[in-house]
Amino acid sequence: MPFRLLKYALKKEHPAPRFFKAHEMPKKSYDVVIIGGGGHGLAAAYYLAKDHGISNVAVLEKGYIGGGNTGRNTAIVRSNYLTPEGVNFYDASVKIYEGLSEELDLNLFYSTRGHFTLAHTESAMRTMRWRAEVNKHVGVESRVVGPDEIAKACPQLDLSCSGQAPILGALFHAPGSIARHDGVAWGYARGADSYGAEIYQNTEVLSIDVKNGKVCGVQTNKGYIETKQVLSAVAGFTPRITEMVGLETPIVIHPLQACVTEPMKPWLDTILVSGSLHVYVSQSSRGELVMGSSLDPYEVHSTRSTLDFVEGLTSHMLDMFPFLSNVKVVRQWAGMADMTPDFAPIMGKTPIEGFYLDAGWGTWGFKATPISGKTMAQTIANDSAPDLIHTFRLSRFEDYELTGEKGAASVGH
Amino acid sequence: MKLLTCPINGTRPLSEFIFGGEYRQAPDQNTCSDAEWAAYVHNRQGAPGDKKEWWYHSPSGTWFIAERNTQTDKVARTYLLADAKKVVKESK
Repeated sequence: MPFRLLKYALKKEHPAPRFFKAHEMPKKSYDVVIIGGGGHGLAAAYYLAKDHGISNVAVLEKGYIGGGNTGRNTAIVRSNYLTPEGVNFYDASVKIYEGLSEELDLNLFYSTRGHFTLAHTESAMRTMRWRAEVNKHVGVESRVVGPDEIAKACPQLDLSCSGQAPILGALFHAPGSIARHDGVAWGYARGADSYGAEIYQNTEVLSIDVKNGKVCGVQTNKGYIETKQVLSAVAGFTPRITEMVGLETPIVIHPLQACVTEPMKPWLDTILVSGSLHVYVSQSSRGELVMGSSLDPYEVHSTRSTLDFVEGLTSHMLDMFPFLSNVKVVRQWAGMADMTPDFAPIMGKTPIEGFYLDAGWGTWGFKATPISGKTMAQTIANDSAPDLIHTFRLSRFEDYELTGEKGAASVGH
Repeated sequence: MKLLTCPINGTRPLSEFIFGGEYRQAPDQNTCSDAEWAAYVHNRQGAPGDKKEWWYHSPSGTWFIAERNTQTDKVARTYLLADAKKVVKESK
């Protein structure tokens, strides 16, 4: 690294290096076409090339890379889920994340903060104990802590929550982290590009060609591409893609909103989540408080944000941190969350040969980016899903084998 | 503030309403196959467009139908299920 810097010191021109090549038009055919240039799609392209030697791959992104839910989440990475299958899966993701900056040679600002899920009721405490025991059993560092330990980690927190919802304890999850979410997409894009995968922005898939139950190509706004394998990794656009191939799924789209405050000096080290107050908050490396809440209450395919949301969220924030009353919210936005009935993703093969689904990521997709890329690459390369994601298969609904994963987001339960 | 019109109580703030999901016809449970029933239980028409939906006005306990576009979030009309036939006739 120092030598690279020295080279620039001696040069008069300093062109910004491109992360990936800008190709004019897609080729006539590819081994694999990935729809969606978010973290998941780009990670799949990266691992297809790196782990399986499949680099004749096109990633088609209708906007710009990382501009969808990858750049709209609150960037929290954790694995303190409720079912052993979920905990194992997300733990595998956390483990990749921990070494990912090194692997992609890009500073992802991966910062392990510790993650507290606050419990304000006895029934919430029961769920915390349950999650802690499942986590410990699988080998993930989570434990139930009392108010003292929470106060020690975050002395600014009003433990009585303005007297409205006194905190009884919390589930503490040591590996809980935050990361620079767009950096993850950019890092995987550069990695995939270096192995020969091609990334096309502003390239929209208009239809998918299926003959005799097999994928044969995709029609895009930049022409027809022949391919036998298509991965759909489009989060909130999933129902539009599955409609193209006539596939029914349980996915419905609800907006999920988030917002940030103006930057402050560092004061919040940990990540705090309150299911009852519908708040999750962390402080970014820039000093902003990054805050999210629960889903919007009804189906909408749009990324508009609302005043209702900011009013509701900030009033709960003030219950927890009354001293923030003069702090300004500077930005708010929304993403389209593809929700499933059991709060778990839909991954793997589908009844259509060569059509693979990486969907149903609802409010829990960012943390799974590395492992979903890796396991979907495995699924495509072997035309068979690895055991780690068997439980997330689309056919679980037909078999009535739903996952029962409710430890997913900031939802009260 | 967003508003919605309850067929009984008139136009009210959206916060008084609860979304009840898409209005769907159940298959005949005596004749349909297991796969058809599972599809009915779990699968939804997730793609955006004009949809008929159940909504509930919580203070008055009124269930009714709203015809809404799930992309633009514009509500075309709302009516009680009992009046659905009349609405169809009027629109013809």
